[in-house]
Amino acid sequence: MENLETKCINTWCPGCGNFGILQAVKLAVNELISKGTPKENIVIVSDIGCNSKIADYLNLNSFYSLHGRSIVTAMGIKLANPELKILVFLGDGAALDEGISHLIHAAKRNSDINVIMHNNRLFALTTGQFTAVSPKGLKGKSTPEGSIEEPINPLELMLAANSSFIARGYSAKIEHLKDLIVKAVNHKGFSFIEVMQPCVTFFNNIQFYNEKVYETVNEELDSREKALTLIKEWNYNGEGKIPLGILFKKDRACFEEEATKHLVKDKKPEIEKCLQTHL
Amino acid sequence: MKNKKDYSIIIGGAAGQGSRKAGLIIAKLFNNLGYNVFISEDYQSLIKGGHNFSVVRISDSQRFSTHEKADFLLALDANTITRHEKSLEEKGCIVFNKDKVKREKGVGIASDTITKELGGLPIMSNTALIAGFSKAMGIEWKVLEDALRKELTKGIEKNLEIAKKAYEEIKTVLTLEKIKADPDPLLTGNEAIALGAVKAGLDIYYAYPMTPATSILHYLAEHEKDFNIIVSQLENEIAVINSAVGSAYAGKRSMVGTSGGGFALMTEGISLAAMAETPVLIISSQRSGPATGVPTYGSQADLLFTLNSGHGDFVRFIVAPSDANECCYWSGKLLNLAWKYQTPAILLVDKELSESTFEFDEKILKTIKKEKPVLWSGKGEYKRYANSKSGISPMAFPGDKAVVKGTSYEHDEKGISVEDSETIILMQEKRLRKFEEMRAEVDLLEAVKVYGNKKSKKAIVSWGSTKGSALEVAEKLGLKFIQPLILQPFPKKQFEKALKGVDKLILVECSASGQMEKLLNCNGIKVDKKILKYDMRPFTVEELERKLKNI
Repeated sequence: MENLETKCINTWCPGCGNFGILQAVKLAVNELISKGTPKENIVIVSDIGCNSKIADYLNLNSFYSLHGRSIVTAMGIKLANPELKILVFLGDGAALDEGISHLIHAAKRNSDINVIMHNNRLFALTTGQFTAVSPKGLKGKSTPEGSIEEPINPLELMLAANSSFIARGYSAKIEHLKDLIVKAVNHKGFSFIEVMQPCVTFFNNIQFYNEKVYETVNEELDSREKALTLIKEWNYNGEGKIPLGILFKKDRACFEEEATKHLVKDKKPEIEKCLQTHL
Repeated sequence: MKNKKDYSIIIGGAAGQGSRKAGLIIAKLFNNLGYNVFISEDYQSLIKGGHNFSVVRISDSQRFSTHEKADFLLALDANTITRHEKSLEEKGCIVFNKDKVKREKGVGIASDTITKELGGLPIMSNTALIAGFSKAMGIEWKVLEDALRKELTKGIEKNLEIAKKAYEEIKTVLTLEKIKADPDPLLTGNEAIALGAVKAGLDIYYAYPMTPATSILHYLAEHEKDFNIIVSQLENEIAVINSAVGSAYAGKRSMVGTSGGGFALMTEGISLAAMAETPVLIISSQRSGPATGVPTYGSQADLLFTLNSGHGDFVRFIVAPSDANECCYWSGKLLNLAWKYQTPAILLVDKELSESTFEFDEKILKTIKKEKPVLWSGKGEYKRYANSKSGISPMAFPGDKAVVKGTSYEHDEKGISVEDSETIILMQEKRLRKFEEMRAEVDLLEAVKVYGNKKSKKAIVSWGSTKGSALEVAEKLGLKFIQPLILQPFPKKQFEKALKGVDKLILVECSASGQMEKLLNCNGIKVDKKILKYDMRPFTVEELERKLKNI
């Protein structure tokens, strides 16, 4: 096992769902390295929020980006060097509030990055406000009477945006989540993994998840209809069971391959030729 | 007419009629005859209709400005005559489409009839007008034919047939003096910016379309294969700047281009580049504001905003070139400086500079090369933000045998987030030392240019595209002319040297408040008078001369 620890002191709350995610990531990275991915080719891109501290806790290449911008920063890294394997960590607030346009466009482009959304269904580090996936009625400091907005279903959004890999994991199911991450990295194209992550301080729903989640093995991965049925099983409020696993996967040309196919190694720019057209 | 070797030609028509292309062909004709040429474009924010015009100045000396009055008016429609007849010189001549405009005076060309008779497409009527105009100006058929063959991509033979007919029908009204000089490439400021960056090793250009920066995107996309670069249009300017920072972190030279509103969106990314010490070149082409303003017209009113763009304490390079040569040189130089100092660098231009067409000195390209940044030696444990004496920490990239941690957060030498005061001070001071190095670099560069009568006690200070007319008038009136080129870090010593012997400093700027005055004031320099223009059009030589004479 590669030691992926840094000397940085972990400041997550005791019992935080992020610990499970961190452990799953370490296992996944180790598996990738053991199967031939050079360690130096792995890049962690994080956002802002509790989840994003993961960049500090992993002794890997990383870029600790701005709030909502981790996905576009990651795209820039991937476009610059398509050899790299990119893991993006961000929260539901970053993915679905501040940076929702980037999420949709990255999925649409099929950028070959792997987005892992820690979904604790509220802003935690700013001490508890509703996000786009908070259940209606969530009481936070900005909505003392309860949020008046219905939550968005992020996986339905990803399906509509033509994401080529959609999965859901749970921070308490570490081995299962590790598998999802490895499969996402091995998938050529955009991968979106939503990880249900209890926030023990502001939205402790461990028991709720333990009762609702179940692992599913989808036999028709490229069926949008089947995916939609699974995705709509839970409405992000109180109703329905929560399926975990890969819910949709359909390969198509990825952005970086298309955008770089004209490049010729070591070719010098032909400026003189171009200047002739200006005479 | 003013001077036998200084003519001004207005070519106008409705949007979609091809007046800009006609203007470029005419400019190239004169360029081939050895004249210096300059084209200023005036167009509205619409697709079809309205009124667009190009002002082509041809001269025996290099001038990047326009006259108030025109010697020739080439009218593709009647509206052009209505709008511009009053700005025609007394002895000026209107060349027009006789089939569309009924008038006695001037040179009427039956361009629609000729085109129809010869079975050409309606747009080819412009070719007949250009040919008739060329004949009136005394341009030889061979010169015209060569130019048309080069410029027209479709139906060349039919166009030439039409051109020949019109050429034969028109009488020459002017004998042009020949000038012995080789033609120079004609480039817009934006094209020159693109070339400079490519020469300095540009790898990726990111943008979201916004006038007047859009033509950088178009030009680089058109030549993506020639230049062996990646051109990527993203969902908004926020994506653009953050992706560029990501690419630079991964070792690729990236550039972005926008205008004020898009630049405003990019400012969080500029701050990020400063903290993460990631090189990125930003082209900001000013247009009229605030807000949407007048989208296709120019301004110099984003100076103060640019100087302070991005939250937090940091210094960025800001350079304001004034013509295509400077655009090319400085986009290349700034890309290199961004990498040398691992910092955001901004090339601040404006609509007039971006979209006007200038003669370009090819030798500039030879002065630009991809300069090597400070790279990690590969020895020992890598620290992305190693606390070096110069404040510059050697770079390594993902894929190197190192752990490379870039970050927006305050960090230790390795790039791990910190909040303790000791490390914060260490890193702030590391960056402060780097800013000092940037200041020292500016002292070694030609950061302030001085022209005109160097003994004059009266000096004009002007920057960006306004230099064109301001310099011409300064020379005419025997004044000193000072052009600050690097605006941040401010070249205080060089500016003070330029001011020696000056007791009256006059600012000429296209803004409502005179923003350069505030920058100079911050550096202890007093401005005595301001000549400002804020109708979002550039100064003409005569207009500025009148205003200056009143001071």
